[in-house]
Amino acid sequence: MKSQLNVSSIVAIMVVAGLVLLPVYSNLTGNIFILTLFTRIVILALAAVSLNLIMGYGGMMSFGHAAYLGIGGYAVGILAQEGIGSGWAQFAVAIAVSALYALVIGALSLRTRGVYFIMITLAFAQMAYYVASGLARYGGDDGLTVYKRSDFGGLINLGNRVQFYYLCLACLLAVVVLVWRIVNSRFGLVLQGLRSNEQRMQAIGFPSKRYKLACFVIAGMLCGLSGALLANNTDFVSPAVMYWTRSGDLMVMVILGGMGTLMGPVVGSVVFLVLEEVLSQLTEYWALIMGPLLLLIVLFGRGGIMGMLGRVNRG
Amino acid sequence: MLLVVEQFLNGLQFGLLLFLLAAGLTLVFGIMDLVNLAHGSLYMMGAYFAATFVAWTGSFVLGAVLALGATLLLGVVLEFTALRHLYGRDHLDHVLATFGLILFFNEAVRLIWGPAGLALPLPSWLAFPVTILPGIQYPAYRLAIIVVALLVALLLYLGVMRTRIGMLIRAGASNREMIGALGINIKLLYTLVFGLGAALAGLAGLMQAPILTVQIGMGENILILAFVVIVIGGIGSIRGAFIAAIMIGLIDTMGRAFLPNLLRQVLNSASASTAAPALSSMLIYLLMAIVLVARPEGLFPANRR
Repeated sequence: MKSQLNVSSIVAIMVVAGLVLLPVYSNLTGNIFILTLFTRIVILALAAVSLNLIMGYGGMMSFGHAAYLGIGGYAVGILAQEGIGSGWAQFAVAIAVSALYALVIGALSLRTRGVYFIMITLAFAQMAYYVASGLARYGGDDGLTVYKRSDFGGLINLGNRVQFYYLCLACLLAVVVLVWRIVNSRFGLVLQGLRSNEQRMQAIGFPSKRYKLACFVIAGMLCGLSGALLANNTDFVSPAVMYWTRSGDLMVMVILGGMGTLMGPVVGSVVFLVLEEVLSQLTEYWALIMGPLLLLIVLFGRGGIMGMLGRVNRG
Repeated sequence: MLLVVEQFLNGLQFGLLLFLLAAGLTLVFGIMDLVNLAHGSLYMMGAYFAATFVAWTGSFVLGAVLALGATLLLGVVLEFTALRHLYGRDHLDHVLATFGLILFFNEAVRLIWGPAGLALPLPSWLAFPVTILPGIQYPAYRLAIIVVALLVALLLYLGVMRTRIGMLIRAGASNREMIGALGINIKLLYTLVFGLGAALAGLAGLMQAPILTVQIGMGENILILAFVVIVIGGIGSIRGAFIAAIMIGLIDTMGRAFLPNLLRQVLNSASASTAAPALSSMLIYLLMAIVLVARPEGLFPANRR
């Protein structure tokens, strides 16, 4: 990176500025819908950023990342139903359980590599999906309504649209900064070394599995946070958030935006979800356009949106 | 006893159907190194084509043959226009591109056939029960599925193990560059293999159609099962796919049939009836996780490195 002000960083700054100013626009125009839409986008962008940490920087292609959305969501939903409304407790449990799940499945999954890794993470996520479907006490297949949003005392009111939006955005930006710090730390450099040549890193003497597992757990915790926010946003959590197509959606967001770039997943989530929204208002058959569009992006736009912008920059 | 035999046959039939899907998937995966999520869409298209053509022609066999041809053609066109350009790319690119294809196919089906499912009636000449053992009857159509799928599996085995094209396919699975260097037209071989896989998926779809309703998204659930099969069996291995498919078919069906009763003995009946379907759906993923933890390359790895 020679000049700091290249095209992709300008786009990244514009996206962040747009997200920060969005409630102002929504307030001025009275368009409440756009705020609800973007709250969802910001939350899913957080999940995509966490997926990018393992996929883009760690080289671990997880096809079961949506499991954490469900785990985070059910932590909020189940605790709320059992009468524990404190947001601190709910979010702590969401993140802790996600970490535990990531630790167990990561330790097992990291024995495999390549496509087998993709499939074993998928298998674990499907198991989580069916466990949630079997929770008769908490709605089973039909899902669980969260009647009361997480309660953070007088600090912040999640029932207020704007406050909730800014909470989600603050979480997203904090996570982006965290990922940036991780990626540029010694830990992150080892991780990227492992991505490019694991054997060589092992020969140098790095315990590769431990580094990867740590990264896997961090990503799981971050996505668990996203899940807890998502349950608050929809006031509802169901097994469907863990279904494999949701993991696919998250992967699409990351790849679309640019895997292994800091802001790529955020840009990807915004583009993917806005496109979905716009196309679905345009025509009932929006997927007829979206599908081939994804294909074209893969065929002609290597490296996702950020990759294309990078090429623009180089001329 | 009666129930056990019946469920065993159901499991066998489901396993064989899974094999038809998984065989194409594992060939495409093993030879072209292409992760094709849209394989389930071909299965769906096979079922839709069959429902349409059978209604048109009024004959099940004629409709099925036409549907098979149509799916094969669709597979070849798909390979030629889109997937061919994905060979040699990252697996993630495959996932994204074929994910796009799933969206496209589901939406196209909704546009052409409408959001409601179709029904494909059982052919009348197969709609009777057969006495397989004294006192045990089984629907003739399901038996026919078992017979057809076994025949196809046998043909596939002979084709892959005993013919020249089969030899090329096997060679392609173990070393792609080498057979290209030996002057084999790889592009043609790839198109052929993809068309074959599409036709097998279409066959599975059209045979399953009279038992289930033909609906949008029918391919997605079974696609994941087919992936589980090829991962357990070892990617690229037809033999592995066959064994794993039968295993998965039996475990899934027997689990669904007998787990509720087993659970009812330890839990109260209300929570048992919610937990059982979930638990039996989980069984196969549990099996896959165990297999992968113990043998990270599946049971029968095709190309040992």
